[in-house]
Amino acid sequence: MESFLQQIINGLSLGSIYALIALGYTMVYGVLRLINFAHGDIYMLGAYMGLFAAHAIMGKTGHFLIDTILVLMFSMLVCAMAGVLIERFAYRPVRKAPRLSMLIIAIGVSLFLENGGQLVFGADPKFFPQIIPESRYQWFGVTITNQQIMVFICAIVMMILLNLFIFYTKMGTAMRAVSYNLDAAKLMGINTNAVIASTFAIGSSLAATAGILVSINIPGINPLMGVMTGLKAFVAAVLGGIGNVMGAVVGGLILGMAEVMVAGYGSSTYRDAIAFLILIALLLFKPSGLFGKNQAEKV
Amino acid sequence: MSFWRRLIHSSAFYPIACITVLALLSLPVRYFFVDGYLDQGPYLYQILILTGINIILAVSLTLINGIAGQFSIGHAGFFATGAYVSAFITVTLGPHWHRWFSSATPVSSWLSDSGLLLFGTLGAALATALAGLLVGIPSLRLRGDYLAIVTLGFGEIIRVLILNIDAVGGARGFVGIPKLSTFFWVFFFVITTISTVYNVLHSSYGRAFLAIREDEIAAQAMGVDLTRHKVMAFVISSIFAGVAGSLFAHHTMYLHPNTFTFIKSFEIIIMITIGGLGSIEGAVLGAILLTILPEAFRGFDSFRMVIYALVLILIMIYRPQGILGRFTLWNKRRRKAP
Repeated sequence: MESFLQQIINGLSLGSIYALIALGYTMVYGVLRLINFAHGDIYMLGAYMGLFAAHAIMGKTGHFLIDTILVLMFSMLVCAMAGVLIERFAYRPVRKAPRLSMLIIAIGVSLFLENGGQLVFGADPKFFPQIIPESRYQWFGVTITNQQIMVFICAIVMMILLNLFIFYTKMGTAMRAVSYNLDAAKLMGINTNAVIASTFAIGSSLAATAGILVSINIPGINPLMGVMTGLKAFVAAVLGGIGNVMGAVVGGLILGMAEVMVAGYGSSTYRDAIAFLILIALLLFKPSGLFGKNQAEKV
Repeated sequence: MSFWRRLIHSSAFYPIACITVLALLSLPVRYFFVDGYLDQGPYLYQILILTGINIILAVSLTLINGIAGQFSIGHAGFFATGAYVSAFITVTLGPHWHRWFSSATPVSSWLSDSGLLLFGTLGAALATALAGLLVGIPSLRLRGDYLAIVTLGFGEIIRVLILNIDAVGGARGFVGIPKLSTFFWVFFFVITTISTVYNVLHSSYGRAFLAIREDEIAAQAMGVDLTRHKVMAFVISSIFAGVAGSLFAHHTMYLHPNTFTFIKSFEIIIMITIGGLGSIEGAVLGAILLTILPEAFRGFDSFRMVIYALVLILIMIYRPQGILGRFTLWNKRRRKAP
């Protein structure tokens, strides 16, 4: 029972990471109908930016919480800019072209970031400094580290902020309008380019947060860390019904939980397959994900 | 009609002519490239063979993605299935086979090697046909991006399964595969693939595929059996991916599951999109370009893959419909370009 509780804690922590990245996928898909494969690499970029910021800032401000917040802010800012730049120079020129060409460009951008990352940051794993001194708590025989709590709190705060943004601000309303119908939104006087750019900025900064939160917990970061994590986060987004913000969070949590359970009770070599097995099983019964709208085709 | 005109217009002419040319070519290829008469011979030979294998992969994927309009990114899974099944067959059967067919002379050793390769390839084709059937079935319910992600998932599941089968080496990789792929057989299957897909495209099935691509509901209203045609596209395409896998396995002589990640599927998608989606010629051109480009950039050293990615992005930005678009050779003989 205790180990089961432990697995749940670990699953929640992994799942909230997936959820944070999945949000970026789902938001971009919502406005552009684009599977932004470069998103996983933005997460990698976020981890590296965090690494640089941590080396520069750590121990200079006096309290580790201020350090952490500064590191997060820096990384989010850089990644948001990267996201906007990618949208401006790679995706915007082909917005009117066939959808597949945008997808190929997304793959190209992803390759560019991965290989550029290997070139700039080096291919070897880098050790991420411990910005938060680790302490462990024992409750009911379950071990929780303060880093896990931090990951969870951070993820929750980000999701609440995002929800507030989408449903209670003017820009959020515009975003929902664009995702409903881009052309109609444009006719209503919405600056769609600005909306799409800000979607990319928000999604990328969420990915940056995920990158740093993950890096605190794992021994080393490398330029290819975004490939598999990005893919699974995308699966999480599809699981919840792509384009749906709530779905991304639920999908991420389900996926993280399933993966931890399989690794804990089954064979850890199968953990990469479980995400897809769940996905295929679910999509066979609910072809547009958990919360996705099943759009009837009109003739 | 004169004899020559009848010859040229007979349907068997092009394949037979191509295979004859191929057989004639394979001797000089062996002399110049394999035996290393040219300085860079063996290196160029590697690229040549890989180009051939990539052409098979790209042209077969064109059938699903370009012609039937179903979005699959799981081709690497079929490729892997073919590679592993055929390698398993030839590795277990190989010693017996060579005992049965004593190969004393060069000709008989060529025959016995080719026989073994074909046997392995046949096994691969059957196995991947089954896999294609399995993957094709969900495509009946899913469309667009959801189908894409399910095919991707199938590909990854196949990879993880292989990783856990100890009989084929698991995570250690599969070693000791005999070298059976030759220039002749690789390009023999290139021609087979291209002519099969070409002929399917111009048959009633091909028309049905195109109808499905353009508008599923309209196609259904016109009496096209969606289920049957979609599954058929998947099965035919995956068979050839399996053949490519078999040729690949017996060329590199070593297999590792990490060769067959979704990145490989992306590569094949990039080939057919760069060349021009839906065009067989485009797929061939894309396969050639994408095999040669990374090699040509070797001079840039560590910048190689970055430049490759940039070229990819630029091509897509300036020519979103692909280099060839929907251009086709042999246009005159057809009433209407698909």
